[in-house]
Amino acid sequence: MAVSDIQTAAPARDASTTAARIRAADFVVKRHYLRWWEALPWLLIIAAYFVFPDRLTFGTQVLIGIMFALSLDLILGYAGIVTLGHALFFGIGAYTVALLTARWNWGEPISAMLLAIVLSAAAGLVSGWFLLRYRGLTLLMLTLAAAILVQEAGNYRSDITGGYDGVPGMEIWKLFGVFENDLYGRTYYVYVGVLLFIVWYIVRRIVYSPYGAALTGIRENVRRMHAIGSPVHKRLVTAYTLAAGLAGMAGALFAQSTAYTTLGVFDFDNSAKVMVMLILGGTGRLYGAFIGAAVYLVLEDNLSKLSPTFWQFGIGLLLVLTVLFARRGLLGLLEDAIKLFRRGGNA
Amino acid sequence: MSASAIVSILFDGLAYAMVLFIISVGLSITMGLMGFVNLAHGAFAMAGGYLVVTLTRSWGVPFLPSLLIAAVVVGVASIPFERLLYSRLYKATELDQVLLTIGLAFMAIASYTYFYGPSPLTVPLPSFLTGQIDIGVRTVPTYRAFTIVVGAVLIALLWYGFERTNIGAKIRAAVDNRRMAQSVGINVDRLFTLTFALGSGLAAFGGGLAIQTFGLTPSFAVLYLVFFLIIVSVGGLGSLKGTLIASILLGVFDIGGKYLYSDAGGFFIYVLTVLVLLIKPAGLYGRE
Repeated sequence: MAVSDIQTAAPARDASTTAARIRAADFVVKRHYLRWWEALPWLLIIAAYFVFPDRLTFGTQVLIGIMFALSLDLILGYAGIVTLGHALFFGIGAYTVALLTARWNWGEPISAMLLAIVLSAAAGLVSGWFLLRYRGLTLLMLTLAAAILVQEAGNYRSDITGGYDGVPGMEIWKLFGVFENDLYGRTYYVYVGVLLFIVWYIVRRIVYSPYGAALTGIRENVRRMHAIGSPVHKRLVTAYTLAAGLAGMAGALFAQSTAYTTLGVFDFDNSAKVMVMLILGGTGRLYGAFIGAAVYLVLEDNLSKLSPTFWQFGIGLLLVLTVLFARRGLLGLLEDAIKLFRRGGNA
Repeated sequence: MSASAIVSILFDGLAYAMVLFIISVGLSITMGLMGFVNLAHGAFAMAGGYLVVTLTRSWGVPFLPSLLIAAVVVGVASIPFERLLYSRLYKATELDQVLLTIGLAFMAIASYTYFYGPSPLTVPLPSFLTGQIDIGVRTVPTYRAFTIVVGAVLIALLWYGFERTNIGAKIRAAVDNRRMAQSVGINVDRLFTLTFALGSGLAAFGGGLAIQTFGLTPSFAVLYLVFFLIIVSVGGLGSLKGTLIASILLGVFDIGGKYLYSDAGGFFIYVLTVLVLLIKPAGLYGRE
């Protein structure tokens, strides 16, 4: 209907304008449709299970990294909230699981994860409510300070949290009371993979919804969103809460899959790392998190074994080059390459 | 709490605050001028520290001259960075600036780890800076007293330069209103390069001064970065007075907190930071 309206409204215009409008309308109507290539990451994740059967413990960490980066993409990539303290929610998730089993002897993974999601989302709601009124450097500092504040509080009560040595005696029960995490980490690879699919589906629905469009609007022009009456603060807090919940979920899965948590999860390094992953892949495009986390973690795994110093230099150089020459990340480069290829093919 | 404990908290806190101030002040002014979020500032301080170590240990230069040499060398060396890398991103978003400068900091840490190794280094101090000195109320470590004196001298110099010279007036004008300053013919770009070099040089000086109290490892570049950023944002961008007050607050509270409740550590600092920023988002002396 929208397409025919446009056609009748502009009969006198030349054909190319009309065609452009039809394409634009078509884009709006169809932009949330699934494309064939969106199956690729999932096919790769499934293929990895069979190709690298002895590397699944590492594979699980990649999947968790993707989930963490995806949660950051929701606020950084779509809503444009620059945070230096996203590790706060990852850490709350991880510690919920760790303390449940170490202090209250409750190691059931699914209920613990759900509680982790609720608690980290609550932390996101409360902190977001206060912090998201601010912008720029103030917001950067407040998010950074919030994460360190919780870390310091944890360090103060290291009798409970185990400090930087980690929570002692974490015992995670079998999944559904049946599946034990074996030596090769098959169980958690499949479990986290399935959860990641659910998370991806939810995030995808959100970013293509009118609400997601409102977030993008806030990122692009916050004054205009105020002017058209969009409740900007409420929208931002909602996004922050959702992202906090998902980051908490990633943290909970991290603690469960490794049966190990230290206060290091709250480190600035952890917040910076997830941001680097996302930027490397490309922000605000959903699959940047997949490519970025996978490339970053595989590189880290290989290069840091070779030489940690070399790896740190490499990641620094990569960041500088990304900012200067490939601001839209690896996916942006890929898009450019495809465009170039197509243009070459047509000519 | 005894009077002696209070004196030593204030004294140690002040010595600590001076080092923090010397390193942070350049960051505050460059951020105030261009609104550039420079997370690599700590790397310049670290570079200064290592240069001082090399000068004193390998080349036998005395401690005090090597502090000055380090400040000049790092200050000059920072100019190409500003011209080639930073200047490209003045109009970019904070995120881009954060990423570029984190990247630079990582590269700096890796390079220095490669050349100097990851373990902490010390610097040989001249004999008149070691031991204790009697300041009337009680005896205190000489080096801390020296730090406070150096800090006071630098504050006086900076205050004079800022408030009483032509170039200081230009900097203040540009911090206040960059466009207006440009339209009355102030070359803000060149001014920025100058303050950037000055700020990096001061950071290098502070880095050398800090070896004795903070210890020097390559991770110095990010380890204390949070402190510098807190001082800059709590004090208010581009404000000399704000940076000084924030440094003293942070120094005294951190030392006091660790002295009185050793386990709670830095907790107080972060509570204080969050409170100040929630109430005054632009910092104590920043413009809204």
